[in-house]
Amino acid sequence: MAAAARFLLRGAGSKAYISNVNSSAQSCLGTSLRKLSPSCLSQTKTQKKHSSHFTYHPDPVPSNYGPTTKMNLFQSVTSALDNTLASDPTAVIFGEDVAFGGVFRCTVGLRDKYGKDRVFNTPLCEQGIVGFGIGAAVAGATAIAEIQFADYIYPAFDQIVNEAAKYRYRSGNMFDCGNLTIRAPWGCVGHGSLYHSQSPEAFFAHCPGLKIVIPRGPVQCKGLLLSCIEDHNPCIFFEPKILYRAAVEQVPTEAYTIPLSQAEVLQEGSDVTLVAWGTQIHVLREVVTMAQEKLGVSCELIDLQTILPWDTETVCKSVAKTGRLLISHEAPVTGGFAAEISSTVQEEQVEVFRSGQEIDQLLTFTCFRANNSEVVYSELLRRSLSHHFSHLGTRPGKDPVFNHLVRKQHLGRGCPSAPCATTDCYFWFNEPSLYMRG
Amino acid sequence: MATVRVMKKMYGVCSHAIRQTTVLKAARILQQREFSVNEALRQQQFNSSEEKPQFPGASAEFIDHLEFIQPNVISGIPVYRVMDRAGQIVNPSEDPQLSKETVVNFYQKMTLLNTMDRILYESQRQGRISFYMTNYGEEGTHIGSAAALDPNDLVFGQYREAGVLMFRGFPLDLFMAQCYANADDLGKGRQMPVHYGCKDLNFVTISSPLATQIPQAAGAAYAAKRENTNRAVICYFGEGAASEGDAHAGFNFSATLECPIIFFCRNNGYAISTPTNEQYRGDGIAARGPGYGMMSIRVDGNGVFAVYNATKEARRRAVAENQPFLIEAMTYRIGHHSTSDDSSAYRSVDEVNYWDKQDHPISRLRHYMTARSWWSEDDERSWRKKSRKTVMEAFEKAEKRSKPHPDLMFTDVYEEMTPNLVKQKEAMWRHLQQYKEHYPMDTFTK
Ligand SMILES: Cc1ncc(C[n+]2csc(CCOP(=O)(O)OP(=O)(O)O)c2C)c(N)n1
Ligand SMILES: [Mg+2]
Repeated sequence: MAAAARFLLRGAGSKAYISNVNSSAQSCLGTSLRKLSPSCLSQTKTQKKHSSHFTYHPDPVPSNYGPTTKMNLFQSVTSALDNTLASDPTAVIFGEDVAFGGVFRCTVGLRDKYGKDRVFNTPLCEQGIVGFGIGAAVAGATAIAEIQFADYIYPAFDQIVNEAAKYRYRSGNMFDCGNLTIRAPWGCVGHGSLYHSQSPEAFFAHCPGLKIVIPRGPVQCKGLLLSCIEDHNPCIFFEPKILYRAAVEQVPTEAYTIPLSQAEVLQEGSDVTLVAWGTQIHVLREVVTMAQEKLGVSCELIDLQTILPWDTETVCKSVAKTGRLLISHEAPVTGGFAAEISSTVQEEQVEVFRSGQEIDQLLTFTCFRANNSEVVYSELLRRSLSHHFSHLGTRPGKDPVFNHLVRKQHLGRGCPSAPCATTDCYFWFNEPSLYMRG
Repeated sequence: MATVRVMKKMYGVCSHAIRQTTVLKAARILQQREFSVNEALRQQQFNSSEEKPQFPGASAEFIDHLEFIQPNVISGIPVYRVMDRAGQIVNPSEDPQLSKETVVNFYQKMTLLNTMDRILYESQRQGRISFYMTNYGEEGTHIGSAAALDPNDLVFGQYREAGVLMFRGFPLDLFMAQCYANADDLGKGRQMPVHYGCKDLNFVTISSPLATQIPQAAGAAYAAKRENTNRAVICYFGEGAASEGDAHAGFNFSATLECPIIFFCRNNGYAISTPTNEQYRGDGIAARGPGYGMMSIRVDGNGVFAVYNATKEARRRAVAENQPFLIEAMTYRIGHHSTSDDSSAYRSVDEVNYWDKQDHPISRLRHYMTARSWWSEDDERSWRKKSRKTVMEAFEKAEKRSKPHPDLMFTDVYEEMTPNLVKQKEAMWRHLQQYKEHYPMDTFTK
């Protein structure tokens, strides 16, 4: 039943068999599976040591939203949708295969509970799903559209960018599709390869009129999803699919919202600011610990949560304090959202320098992606800390602005990064977004 | 069910390897699916000649000779008409029997549209507005369909349906305000001319990207159906736009999701310079309807009564039966595509003249009215004069009006202005302060 979901949820560890999926071996799959020998299984075991590239750290149990239940991330999505369907009679949920519960099980049980006119399958056509959702929202419905994978959102690019994002603006606020929310499973999962792993947030971040939100775990997921649904602007809600099952937390059963466009400081620190969203938060949490233990370096960790419009204030405030910034995301580096953050922070910092304020630390910007905390850690070491931490407490060169700009050139936007292992089974080079089976 | 099966086949393989129990289960499932000769021997008895296909995706009959289906382009789908080119009713039982008052109103709206087009087209030629698109020759499709709808029905248009908005009572002042992008423009001066919209008249603002409104109209119709307010949606588009993927999406969604919608295709022979024989190879747009399981009809778009009858009946049934209808109105784009186009580069003057002189929707209706003595030469003369005067007055008023306030560049991006937009707005004002001599600030609202 949920085989499809399990495929993408199980994480790595099953990679030995992946090579069969696309090949002409389809027909003899039965045979190959039956032939699974014990040695095969032990191979799985040894590979399993790499199977998770991070350890999931659950959020503390929220106390301010009433009773909680243990939920994984997909169940927290279902719970949010359940609350919405119960309270808003105009709400409809649709997409490919959502009627039976969705390939990731996010809509399980909702059709039976609320009726087939409210939770329904559409034909297999992403531009149709988004276009239909826009129209339903324009006519007054709360439209919640599911795109089966973020990798397949591109056929709907025009409907999202030219239509949803501009509806209110182009009509002088006479018509809008603010009640549209587009949900899509997102990000790396380890064995999803080229077309089940993408993180396309930067494509949409270039488009005013949209809101883009990515949660780090079940509690955030439900609160942020409900905020997107309530928000009067079209929202894209990307769900880190590797966390659907891996992330389990105590989640409030009642509806609650978590404000959009507010980053959350997960860990206060003084030496370097780490920014990420979604899955990368869990990678960086490990980096925070490693940096503290091995270097005695204190990291401030920020979960951006909303990619557009993003919380510049929280990030800039933190960088003003730490003087260093590292951003990690799973998408290609050039034109990635890290580049936007880094450029904004630099502009803000130039203002700080110009205003004559004294700053006794140099800025270093690093934008790259990695799914492995070891990699992030060593990058952190290599790029930001090694040559600067020896200066801790000392003053920079005579001309801080000049210094700053030189750094900006060397270490700013689009700085290339080492090939990073997303998981044990794939290397993921940054450009062109190339995935290789390991 | 089938979906589940396919997904199992596609994905199931790799996941189950993790736990041995799951592996075994998966192996068993796959084993069952494998063809075995023994199974074939266990088949039940049956009579081959009485067999019906059992495939989940299609049902009909088996045939035992090789035969491809011929597209029926030669004889084609017939064109429903009520009036001939001389304005005579062909089959009296199809005459909608509209009152004199109603028909005169049709005629006045069609001619007013024509007058507005002439003046705005000319004003673009003189450099007073930036761009324009005329509706010449297609007035019958606009007025005939608009009149058959309920005012509550939601309209999703392309860009060549100004007559629909005019029929609903959109004032000339607001047409002009939009084309001038002045402070009265309901769209706040953000779009090119002819991108009208009006919330009060249930006419959704036009968007430049072609065909995007088609799946949206399906979604709106679905929402209207759930509201149960007896409301239909009509969606206009050209035969060129019908080639877009969004058109396919909209047709298929509205059919499968049972939406009360009328798809109204204006087949005017051209998409800019591209003639229909380079746009499609089937029998026009109406022929696609059956492929989607959709009720379809082709009408003579130059006869306002045929358009009216078809739209009226499609609207009634769409709402009563919750299903989509497709109307293909055959007509001709007499004007250039837009003020940026010169159609003499791709079609002959003779061809254009035929439609302008021999089969124009306005002259057809005039013949009809004249035959009933509902409209005299005097009526014509005084109406022409009056309509021209009102258009000119609106035009002059719009030209004098100031441009929208510059702050409006930043509103309505989001429901509320976000901090980054506030910053950009402030930066704009600093810029304008510094470089004011480069901007015609006095033309903008203060
Ligand atoms: C997606 C998209 N592609 C191209 C264009 C440029 N364009 C504007 S109108 C037009 C022709 C449309 O023809 P048709 O749909 O037949 O409408 P008509 O102009 O005949 O009324 C084209 C190609 C556009 N507006 N949108
Ligand atoms: Mg055309």
